[in-house]
Amino acid sequence: MEKLLEVKNLEVSFQTYGGTVKAVRGVSFDLHKGETLAIVGESGSGKSVTSQSIMKLIPMPPGRISGGQILLSGEDIVPKTEKQMEKIRGKEISMIFQDPMTSLNPTMRVGTQIMEVLIKHQNMSKTDAKNRAIELLRLVGIPMPEKRVNQYPHEFSGGMRQRAMIAIALAANPKLLIADEPTTALDVTIQAQILELMKDLQNKMDTSIIFITHDLGVVANVADRVAVMYAGQIVEMGTVDEIFYDPRHPYTWGLLASMPSLENDEKAELAAIPGTPPDLTDPPKGDAFAARNQYALAIDFEEEPPMFQISETHFAKTWLLHPDAPKVEPPEAVKKRMRQLSSTFEKPVVVKEGK
Amino acid sequence: MAKYIGKRLLYMILSLWMIVTATFFFMRIAPGNPFASEKKLPPEIEANLNAHFGLDKPWYAQYWEYLVRIVNWDFGPSFKYKSQTVNDLINEGFPVSFLLGMEAIFIAVAVGVLLGIIAALKHNRWPDYTAMIVAVLGISVPSFIMASFLQYFLAIKMGIFPVARWESFMHSVLPAVALASTPMAFIARLTRSSMLEVLANDYIKTAKSKGLSRGVITVKHTIRNALLPVVTYMGPLTAGILTGSFVIERIFGIPGLGAHFVTSINNRDYTVIMGVTVFYSILLLVSILLVDIAYGIIDPRIKLAGGKKGE
Repeated sequence: MEKLLEVKNLEVSFQTYGGTVKAVRGVSFDLHKGETLAIVGESGSGKSVTSQSIMKLIPMPPGRISGGQILLSGEDIVPKTEKQMEKIRGKEISMIFQDPMTSLNPTMRVGTQIMEVLIKHQNMSKTDAKNRAIELLRLVGIPMPEKRVNQYPHEFSGGMRQRAMIAIALAANPKLLIADEPTTALDVTIQAQILELMKDLQNKMDTSIIFITHDLGVVANVADRVAVMYAGQIVEMGTVDEIFYDPRHPYTWGLLASMPSLENDEKAELAAIPGTPPDLTDPPKGDAFAARNQYALAIDFEEEPPMFQISETHFAKTWLLHPDAPKVEPPEAVKKRMRQLSSTFEKPVVVKEGK
Repeated sequence: MAKYIGKRLLYMILSLWMIVTATFFFMRIAPGNPFASEKKLPPEIEANLNAHFGLDKPWYAQYWEYLVRIVNWDFGPSFKYKSQTVNDLINEGFPVSFLLGMEAIFIAVAVGVLLGIIAALKHNRWPDYTAMIVAVLGISVPSFIMASFLQYFLAIKMGIFPVARWESFMHSVLPAVALASTPMAFIARLTRSSMLEVLANDYIKTAKSKGLSRGVITVKHTIRNALLPVVTYMGPLTAGILTGSFVIERIFGIPGLGAHFVTSINNRDYTVIMGVTVFYSILLLVSILLVDIAYGIIDPRIKLAGGKKGE
């Protein structure tokens, strides 16, 4: 499969009064054409910053891409100027935000907000753009688009607005769609509809999607591959099956164990990961998760673990995969779902730095 | 829309009636009368004067007469300026104050909004600091000091503008600038803070993610949303400025309406007090109505009550 996006060793930092916050610390991943990658992690793990860096949407200053490369179809966008980025944003990459209530301009007609993209990137005339906007609204499942196109966002419901946002994002047929928690602000029935719509449109348009969420239920629904982020790093990455049925990183175990499930014992309490994420102005020595990790080894507090490869597609950054590490049992809730996957290597292999 | 305006006009008349009533009675409660001066008038003459102006009648008769007169847009004769009616005073003074006021409002809005936008776009950089120093100066320096400065440097020292009087457009520039300085500064600060607030909104990020340029984002997405607070401030500002400024008109020797606000109260010139108060109230009420209508145009979320959806 053709690689659409390659992120290599991305580092993003923010200059604040309290010091430099290293929000993203060496993130690498790639994305194929038509593929959906979910990035999961708790608040402050750097998932939104990573995705916004791909469009260079982080406010600069105080933000800064302090290292690494972002290759879009083989071309590095990090050194690109704002003017050059304007040709990429909306056309090659576009984005859907979390809160549809605030991500549309309240004083501009919905149609006009869609037309802006078409006029900018496809050199359409106003009339053509308007007709296309009506088509797009119909495509995203908004009834009576001829009437809706002239309405303002406050005349739309939350789910409708997110549909309109999707119409804006897909207007110029982007190769990559970044969805930053697109369903978090919506109620569950609408969530399902929006996810269904995104999958449907992805099939039609062959767009790659980066889906940012902290909802593992959503991940299972939409993603081909999953990257788990913690404290500005990817700690585990693999296919949906690998992450859900054969997780290797204790943080992923924690996330899975904290997910409510129908099979859970009624009386059993939902497991939470104790503690809070580390302060990224001064990241801890060793493994950033060590302080909250009940399986932490002595070395976790001293030295950062390398990335281990468990299968062709499965990576995890934990010392537990080292041949000398003691055997540990994942928590009960996770163990229940564990399965032997055929693609797993005989032994985890250390991925050399600077791959 | 027509229904809404009709309803608002009705409320305006009601407010006006309340203002007239309150002013009428407060004025009578205040000690003194139009004919009180150092020299005591002989009682016969005072009785004569009172009879001439109808002040000898009981209060309810005077009040009723006054209401009837106002409905006919007749504010009566001035007690102080013999042979002039209040209508004459307003007709003479208001056009001058209006012209001066419009110039001042134009300067205040144009410069204020521009400064505010520049300050917000260059947030925490030197253009921002410069604009905000100008704004702080404008707010903290009283207009009469501003006026004297302008007269001294631009008129006397450099001779670009005439010092005072009301004769040509050039004569109006300095007083208009002096009158505009404070509201201009206020508008600049207001625009800056609401621009910053709008710029932090998600929909600005959306606009950016569409690949729109900074200029387009500012013009099409930011300014319109940032102008609401400025429009709110415009209502009282317009009424206040259009009716003239006592101080500025004094300094520049401009025959505007401002002087009558102050002198009429010292003179206990009942009819002039009433006249200018009613006139000011009407201007204020009309500008507030215009502001509310402007709201509805700028922000589609604000539906004017009584107006139907989509109207």
